[in-house]
Amino acid sequence: MAHLTPTPVLEAGQDRTMILNMGPQHPSTHGVLRLILEIDGENVVRMMPDIGYLHTGIEKTCEAKFYQQVVPLTDRIDYLCPLTNNLCYVLAVEKLLGLEIPPRAQWMRVLLNELTRINSHLVWLGTHAMDIGALSVFLYCFREREDVLRLFEMVSGQRMMTSYFRVGGLALEPPLGFFERVKQFADRFPEKVDEYEDLLTGNRIWLNRTQGVGKLSREDAIALGATGPTARASGVDWDLRRDLPYSSYEKFQFQVPVSQDGDVFARYILRVQELRESNQIVQQALAGMPEGPVKAAAPKVVLPDREKMKTQMEALIYHFKIVTEGFPVPEGEVYQAIESPRGEMGYYVVSDGTAKPYRVHMRSPSYANLQALAKMCEGRLIADVVAAIGSIDIVLGEIDR
Amino acid sequence: MALAPAIRTIEALQERPALARLLAWKPAAVEAAVLDREELTLILERSGLREACAILEADPATRFDFLSDLTCVDRYPGEPRFEVVYHLLSLPRKERVRLKVRVPGDDPNLESVTSVWPAANYFEREVFDLFGVRFAGHPYLRRLLMPEDWQGHPLRKDYPVEGYR
Repeated sequence: MAHLTPTPVLEAGQDRTMILNMGPQHPSTHGVLRLILEIDGENVVRMMPDIGYLHTGIEKTCEAKFYQQVVPLTDRIDYLCPLTNNLCYVLAVEKLLGLEIPPRAQWMRVLLNELTRINSHLVWLGTHAMDIGALSVFLYCFREREDVLRLFEMVSGQRMMTSYFRVGGLALEPPLGFFERVKQFADRFPEKVDEYEDLLTGNRIWLNRTQGVGKLSREDAIALGATGPTARASGVDWDLRRDLPYSSYEKFQFQVPVSQDGDVFARYILRVQELRESNQIVQQALAGMPEGPVKAAAPKVVLPDREKMKTQMEALIYHFKIVTEGFPVPEGEVYQAIESPRGEMGYYVVSDGTAKPYRVHMRSPSYANLQALAKMCEGRLIADVVAAIGSIDIVLGEIDR
Repeated sequence: MALAPAIRTIEALQERPALARLLAWKPAAVEAAVLDREELTLILERSGLREACAILEADPATRFDFLSDLTCVDRYPGEPRFEVVYHLLSLPRKERVRLKVRVPGDDPNLESVTSVWPAANYFEREVFDLFGVRFAGHPYLRRLLMPEDWQGHPLRKDYPVEGYR
């Protein structure tokens, strides 16, 4: 593998190449990614990403927290899809505990996860188009993203760091009028996607900047651990929602778009199709939303309702115990993976039988997808690097953790 | 929903493709096997790791062509201290398996699997950076997340949460 050749310590000037530093404050690097490029004229000979500028030691912090206190930390890994991270973590802990989640909570989780996917893809589309020079798309995308964030605020009180999923269900029953608001959004969203496509899909400049750029073959995508739209654009027909379903995704009908082209344009088209599919899933979740409780019947794990806490001694005791000493989780280990907007998000949680996790490891999709970046860029122009970075949709918070 | 009891013997699990394939290759390669919470864990002998991975990757009966995750758990002060954990995924067979290798604290060395799955590159660098486990045969084993001149390995259990002062 060319990208695995030793001595990637890039030293300039042996012959005709030079080193160009890109980032970590470059506007197109989506945060604090630093790329060290070895260039020959305008061609990239070698590339080495340098990461770690946002490393905050979240995995270490998790080991000092109770299981329920880790949920807000998971928001902060990926600030574009907090609910996806919440879901992956709580699913892992619920699997360790052997908890059964009521159907209404599961469907709410699906609904909110698809809204998160729409939110994340909208930010991606806006910033990716802006990187390449189509500035106005950003404004259109953020218009709809604002609507999604208002829905999150309505349901959890927060626009971005939602922490709405809890071990055992949801934090709260969704408020009155929430489903109507989601319905209004989902009904008008497809025509908004048409608007974005009007701006980009047939645009000559857009096509020239994206078609045939940042190629990644199917073999390389699998070998380098790429997942999500980045891998599906290279012909890897794999979506965890369909192939290893979780949280009752098996009850939903949706298409998994796959493309064989493996270039930046294919990734763009795929994500736009996913916007439409996610909207379909939201519609299905709204139509079939079951009635019933949103929390599991596990008093030692799930906080009691305020009403019960003020009238029943037992509920008060459980509340006090969960808040002050957490809940013990049986010994064991679990790897739970879900399909985040960027690919396979996995949580590996090890329990030693106490109320604090022994080890939490996050397998973040951007981290693995970033390894494929060098493959996409080497041998291409510097200007294409910007298009390729945007097309793998990286979030540095998730890479550095 | 009560948890089903874990199955902890190799004999009870030898029907599983991954385990069956490794037993057919070298019975001594698998030290233990556990099926807990519907997840299969194979604990492998340290010296045969890379070869075992190459077999699981290439054999059509197992075909674990995708390395989902690679990480480490520090069992300090227990010995062997480190458990390096591999999460493999088979895309054609839609199946996962977890491999584990125990590595002693006074000799934290292990073979790299970058030749089997190039995706292991960053994951092994991260384990080296945060735990101090060295991977022989890795093409570029240097710190990834921490600064180059950092002292110590932060995810080790004897490393204080707030760092050394």
